[in-house]
Amino acid sequence: MDKGTWGAISTVLVAIAFVGVCWWAFAPSRRKRFEDDANLPFADEQDDATTTKSKR
Amino acid sequence: MSSNLVKAGDHPIYDYRVVRQFSIMTIVWGIVGMGVGVLIAAQLCWPELNNLFQPFTHFGRLRPLHTNAVIFAFGGCALMGTSFYVVQRTCQAKLWGGWLVPFTFWGWQLVIVLAAITLPLGLTSSKEYAELEWPIDILITLVWVAYALVFFGTIVKRKTSHIYVANWFYGGFILTIAVLHIVNSAAIPVNLFKSYSAYAGAADAMVQWWYGHNAVGFFLTAGFLGMMYYFVPKQADRPVYSYQLSIVHFWALISIYIWAGAHHLHYSALPDWAQSLGMVMSLILLAPSWGGMINGIMTLSGAWHKLRTDPTLRFLVVSLSFYGMSTFEGPMMSIKTVNALSHNTDWTIGHVHSGALGWVAMISIGAIYHLLPILFGRKEMYSIKWINVHFWLATIGTVLYIAALWVNGIMQGLMWRAFNDDGTLTYSFVETVQASHHGYVVRFVGGVFFLSGMILMAYNAYRTAQVAREENADTSSTAPAI
Repeated sequence: MDKGTWGAISTVLVAIAFVGVCWWAFAPSRRKRFEDDANLPFADEQDDATTTKSKR
Repeated sequence: MSSNLVKAGDHPIYDYRVVRQFSIMTIVWGIVGMGVGVLIAAQLCWPELNNLFQPFTHFGRLRPLHTNAVIFAFGGCALMGTSFYVVQRTCQAKLWGGWLVPFTFWGWQLVIVLAAITLPLGLTSSKEYAELEWPIDILITLVWVAYALVFFGTIVKRKTSHIYVANWFYGGFILTIAVLHIVNSAAIPVNLFKSYSAYAGAADAMVQWWYGHNAVGFFLTAGFLGMMYYFVPKQADRPVYSYQLSIVHFWALISIYIWAGAHHLHYSALPDWAQSLGMVMSLILLAPSWGGMINGIMTLSGAWHKLRTDPTLRFLVVSLSFYGMSTFEGPMMSIKTVNALSHNTDWTIGHVHSGALGWVAMISIGAIYHLLPILFGRKEMYSIKWINVHFWLATIGTVLYIAALWVNGIMQGLMWRAFNDDGTLTYSFVETVQASHHGYVVRFVGGVFFLSGMILMAYNAYRTAQVAREENADTSSTAPAI
């Protein structure tokens, strides 16, 4: 196979991988889970003198 | 002073000692590295300053000292310190590794001190951002492996099921820098102080800029994005704008950055297809870069009023605006026809500093201002007003710096490519140097602004630690204060 064919195949594979990542991230079934994950920095907060809690 | 191990409710005890050490050294090396930067900026205005202690104070020897000190000493300490803090807090686990933790700190400081000794002596492998000779390269490898073991070891023993996105960026940065350092530093030693690169010709140049640009992409970007994904939400007190976007832009960023290095070698002996590939990949990079910037800035949506009262948050958010600016400028400069004008001019140095001062330094400064009160067991920094003064010194300094070098760079590019009707060059090189003088003076003034902000930060940090110590002494000598 010549260089051009390899280039074409890898471009398609990378495009599929990108669509796959987007699908995995944005699928509605995982929305709740990511909302919880986004709150991880606040999960152990009771020891912080600096942060005053207002509801997010 | 608060104890080194901080009790965290029903969570494990965290190791803050190493975080405190790295945070303090971030400020110290920041002042040293930026101080050398101001000195070499002054040398370009007033060349007699090269002669302070010749040959050790020659621009050619101090310039790599400046870049190594600000990138690996200032930036490195900020990244190691914050990553050790973030990985503990988001994994709810104490640092793993035992003696490897202090080894990482002291080993890294030893690397920096060795750099500060060998570079002015003229010992260099002459690879940009990888100038240190092979014995120091081996020490860097050992320290980096220890760093990786501590970081990933802590992730392995985490109490949370998910690995927070900040740790993905820190982890990507640690792994990629390990690979880059080992491949690019491969060399044949001649003696203890001299080695030759294992690569030759155009291949050597390509390996060098594959390393060099990914030092930008992973050390100065991915690592600091990890910092951003923890400290911006914490300081704004709200979760990141879109966690989904952070996942997509993480994978896009790390898989595209690695291909962009060839844009440093436009119109060189590098094959044309490799140059074009580097240019196209650099252009695509705009999307994941701005994904991160938008995600960070939009975290403040609905809480913009906090910027009015919180100068630490202002540091963090303005750093993201500079990140957005320089990641627009970078892809533009990687376009071959634009590069034909900008290459080897001061525009490049201006671009680097828009990223280094505006993005890397400002987000680190913001993160350190967030950390210091926690590390010293205080409610807040000794003086919030001084943080605000520092913010304006840093912003004005950065703007002066990059505006001066935009003007200088475009002027130099236009003068170098000006031809007379008979085909001879309109300007000699030295005429372009003379024309750059005013811009160099403005750049020097900008650097002085930025450096004085760092000195104010050091004093603020000292007073914060001091007050914490006095309070502690009070409570231990009298009845426990409630």
